Amino acid sequence: MSEKTALTLTINGKDHAISVEPRRTLADAIREDCGQTGTHIGCEHGVCGACTVIVDDAPVRSCLMFAVQAEGKKIRTVEGLADGDTLHPMQQAFMDNHGLQCGFCTPGFLMLAVGVLEREPDISDEDLIDVLSSNLCRCTGYQNIIKSVRAAAQEMRK
Amino acid sequence: MYNFTFHRPTTVRQAAGLLARNPEGKLLAGGHSLLPVMKQRLAQPSALVDLSQVEGMTGVELKGRSVVIGAMTRHADVAKSDVLKEVLPGLASVPGSIGDPQVRNRGTIGGSIANNDPNADYPAACLGLGATIITNKRRIAADDFFTGMFSTALEDGEIIVKVSFPIAKKAAYEKFKHPASGFALVGVFVSKRGPDIRVAVTGAGSNGVFRVKSFEEALAKRFSPKSIEGMTIPANGMNSDIHATPEYRAHLVGVLAKRALAKATA
Repeated sequence: MSEKTALTLTINGKDHAISVEPRRTLADAIREDCGQTGTHIGCEHGVCGACTVIVDDAPVRSCLMFAVQAEGKKIRTVEGLADGDTLHPMQQAFMDNHGLQCGFCTPGFLMLAVGVLEREPDISDEDLIDVLSSNLCRCTGYQNIIKSVRAAAQEMRK
Repeated sequence: MYNFTFHRPTTVRQAAGLLARNPEGKLLAGGHSLLPVMKQRLAQPSALVDLSQVEGMTGVELKGRSVVIGAMTRHADVAKSDVLKEVLPGLASVPGSIGDPQVRNRGTIGGSIANNDPNADYPAACLGLGATIITNKRRIAADDFFTGMFSTALEDGEIIVKVSFPIAKKAAYEKFKHPASGFALVGVFVSKRGPDIRVAVTGAGSNGVFRVKSFEEALAKRFSPKSIEGMTIPANGMNSDIHATPEYRAHLVGVLAKRALAKATA
């Protein structure tokens, strides 16, 4: 029953050959087995969105997916956003607009916002607020997150 | 979470074979209801049969006077189907209202109706349009499929392959969204296809999705919000929780039915 399965996860373009039990969630595999600890785990049951990563261009909660389901898919995490020392426009906007305080929820918000804006660059402000209501933040009161994502959206459209 | 064996069949036949060999096994679709209950140990399947690699279970297709949706089609993909938006906009509006983007990118129509959560949206759409649920064994009318909270007519080893929705001339869905979860506190799907008039309600009933016969009879004369003006349904049998009382839910059924009718006849 506790037999491990060998699989390869492709995270930010890099292959990680790991061996995990089927019950290992993608979130745990990314952090524990692949050592990419930028992805945070909050509620672990699909409510808070802290563990959001982009799988094959779609933002998903990595705590509600098994690692074995992600084999062969392109996984993107917060570690893959910056280009060397140059921050992604979304990261820069969060910095410029005070979009984080403790920062725990930030990787999830960044991946959610980047994933949605890459698919719908011209998303309306109203729909953007609906999108951002997917994730929880206990510090900011959300206003600066909304401000950050709006600023980044403008930058990403350029 | 207890461990399990993991299987990835590529055909419906293989999936059915795996289920037969693993009587304590479960099918895995989007996993957004199954994983949380496995984490809580409310479900402890010995095996999971992942349907994501099974051929022919995704897509939205126009077939004659029906739209057929593969059981493994994710909510996000149903929501952006141009065919569906054109022929049955009332149904096309449903998946975009489910949960949030992350849920819509994983959740599937087959998983939603097999689970039959009393607050889920798709059961209302299926019952409200008189859909046919096509399994690996038979075709089941929506009227016979939903048998109560979290329960369906599905037998052991039965797999939903597709759902076929007849194209109704008039159809619309209105929901009162729970602000945190996105689930329907109450959702009402109305449709008219010839003499077949349907009003299906999710979120409200303590026994899951149901039809409102009194509204349907009143609408037979004229399919308009005016026909049910002032009509109510009894609070008896409505859900009660911290979010809403049975009386409030019963009230919402009338309000949302009128809004849906206005949308369907606009």
